[in-house]
Amino acid sequence: MEYAIEMEHIVQKFGEKEVLRGIDLKVTRGEIFGLLGPSGAGKTTLIKILTGQLEQTGGNALLLGRNTRKIQEVHQRLGMMMDQFGLYERLSCYDNLKLFAKIYGAEEKRIKMALEKTGLFEDRKCMAAKLSKGMRSRLSLARAFLSEPEVLFLDEPTTGLDPATAAEIHKLIREEQRRGATVFLTTHNMEEAYKLCDHVALLNEGNIVEYGEPEEVCRRYNHQKKLQIRLYDGELVELPNDRRAAEILKDYLEKEKLETIHSTEPSLETVFMELTGRRFV
Amino acid sequence: MMTNIAAVFWKQIKDTLKNKETLIQFVMFPLMAVIMEKAIKVDGLPSGYFANMFSAMYVGMAPLVSVAAVIAEEKEKNTLRVLMMSGVKPGEYLLGVGCYIWLACMVGALVLGMAGNYQGGSLAVFLGIMAVGILTSLLIGAAIGTLSRNQMMATSLMVPVMLIFAFLPMLAGFNETIQKVARFAYSQQVGILLGRVGAFRIGFENIFVIAVNMLAALLVFRYAYKKCGLA
Repeated sequence: MEYAIEMEHIVQKFGEKEVLRGIDLKVTRGEIFGLLGPSGAGKTTLIKILTGQLEQTGGNALLLGRNTRKIQEVHQRLGMMMDQFGLYERLSCYDNLKLFAKIYGAEEKRIKMALEKTGLFEDRKCMAAKLSKGMRSRLSLARAFLSEPEVLFLDEPTTGLDPATAAEIHKLIREEQRRGATVFLTTHNMEEAYKLCDHVALLNEGNIVEYGEPEEVCRRYNHQKKLQIRLYDGELVELPNDRRAAEILKDYLEKEKLETIHSTEPSLETVFMELTGRRFV
Repeated sequence: MMTNIAAVFWKQIKDTLKNKETLIQFVMFPLMAVIMEKAIKVDGLPSGYFANMFSAMYVGMAPLVSVAAVIAEEKEKNTLRVLMMSGVKPGEYLLGVGCYIWLACMVGALVLGMAGNYQGGSLAVFLGIMAVGILTSLLIGAAIGTLSRNQMMATSLMVPVMLIFAFLPMLAGFNETIQKVARFAYSQQVGILLGRVGAFRIGFENIFVIAVNMLAALLVFRYAYKKCGLA
């Protein structure tokens, strides 16, 4: 298996405070990987280490096969959307992209494509300072897409955005994955991670407390193994998720009483709470 | 390398045209010199008096304030980090921004020279002196910008430094003690040299003080860069 990112016992200390405590993770090429954790868990610190913005106190990290302590040569193969967008506010959307197109050596048509893809073409002459938060987010993504990066780092890409804009951004991220990019995103939005990611890791106080496919992680903590049933008359019924439920379900179906049926595996948030005793905020 | 420097240079042109705070630094003194030279005629006042006085102030203020403000703003708004993460090296960024501000200031210097009625060889000497002074100021400004985490910190560091270098040449004319101290400032030496442009007289003290100031600025910048980095 080919990995885009490999981390081996990454430790990060700021003074006496240990922010990351021995992170071991691998991200396969072409996947969308989600690093989940509450604020202050160490997500941004890990992204900074992986992108060479911060040198870790201990351990090794490889990005596209290069040690992250010396990755200047691969910077142009990365796309990045950080929590602060870093846009030139007095420049137009077009000029913001043109600057980076010059740096990447990207052709003019890529600017147009990035603007169209992110729905900003009509607003290309608008100054970045005048954009809404959602539009800034999209401009920042457009910039990250310009170089057709092999790895995309997205730090909380949809925080503070309305659901419609967040959905548009999810669509763009999936398109990048289809193109072949590896996506490393951090979020504290569990639903986003569940829908979008191929693998997730739950980070708490500098430790990875769980790792796997989102569905698999949730199934692993399905201790109740029950079915939740809502009938048309409004009654809620819980049944054991085994053969004992079969007769009852058959009866409901025959009498056309069954409105919805759900299994009771926990959400990623419930898993996190079970593992850490903390809420996800 | 040249591509990145050119990209940063292009960005700076676009940005400055919409940035009144920076733009005014380049325009204010040349404009004031033109107006004063045209409007005020006093018997006994040497030709180009106002142009020379404003030129020395311009050297101590415009490049220093502009470059410090640009770097500090980029640090505060995270744009510098994004540039670095895109493969622009610190040296390329500094050259792109520095070349732009130096050239913009040189255009201002040309206007000041013309306001002072310098022509031909005199104008070339005038511009040469200004070029060296502007370069020294650029280094000091770059050090301040690099040391600052944000624009507020840059302002609180740059204002006293700028006041000293920009106003010493003027204050030195009023007080002998200040004049003695001011000799050690590059802006004062620039002011002295500008007063002798026609005579083409450059003394050892002028060159030595400017060189020492430039070296000190370079060392402060190196310290700031090592301590704080750019992004």
